[in-house]
Amino acid sequence: MAEPGIVFWILAVVTVASAVMVVTLKNIFHCALALILCLFSVAGIYILLNAEFLAAAQVLIYVGAVAILMIFAIMLTSNLASKAIRQSNEQVMVGTVVSVLFCGGMLALIYLTDKAIVSEETGVAFWRQVRGTLPADNVASLGGYLMTKFMLPFEVVSVLLLAAMIGAIVLARKEKA
Amino acid sequence: MTEYLAVLIFIFAGIGIVLFTFLLSRLLRPINPYHEKNINYECAENPIGTSWVKFNNRFYIFALIFVIFDVEVVFLFPWAVVFGQLGLYALVEMVIFIGILFFGIFYAWRKGALKWV
Repeated sequence: MAEPGIVFWILAVVTVASAVMVVTLKNIFHCALALILCLFSVAGIYILLNAEFLAAAQVLIYVGAVAILMIFAIMLTSNLASKAIRQSNEQVMVGTVVSVLFCGGMLALIYLTDKAIVSEETGVAFWRQVRGTLPADNVASLGGYLMTKFMLPFEVVSVLLLAAMIGAIVLARKEKA
Repeated sequence: MTEYLAVLIFIFAGIGIVLFTFLLSRLLRPINPYHEKNINYECAENPIGTSWVKFNNRFYIFALIFVIFDVEVVFLFPWAVVFGQLGLYALVEMVIFIGILFFGIFYAWRKGALKWV
């Protein structure tokens, strides 16, 4: 990957700022809207990494479906968005410690993996310097693999989705009765 | 990568137009709020309660089914790109894929989950 340009920094700032808004805003509905912005800018970062299919899936599933589901859940729950209810919980300290630890763990993983990659030709190499070749058309090669080599997992995904759908219907209907 | 520049320009233009309109109207309009102006708009009627109302629970099942079919559509994209090369083979695979999911919508229909009771 080339040096991160101005676009990356804009996306990174928007992602982090909206993520902070998700946990700090007073109205939970506004939190959900900030989450949409956060997920959308993550899709932008995917595009910067040449992962176009992942970006499309992010926009379709996370921005389009999961965020909508959250907004539905907020609007279907009585008074969840009212000002009378505290929108943050008491465990701010614990949450901060856990997220700092997780962030440190991820950073450690990224920087320590640097030394673990061993290239056959040149001996030890940093993984950020090892360049793989990118297929000319991401989505086409993915589709090709999905239709031929990974045909069975592809069909099993359908069964998984069917199970999820029937489970959702059973649970949602049980609640009503 | 450069083709996404158009997307970026669109996003910035969209944000810019909204900001420009709001800023312009703020500069031009007289600021004189009073109670009748601030109440929720309800077609000239006096509104009952707040605008934050609880929506009907029945919407949720439709949202859940929508999510399932949204995931299905994601799989349609790579299929559509290679469909020209693989032809009938890919068609049969996708018919099986959607056919399995069709049981789900059939189940929802039979159980009356799609009915507005």
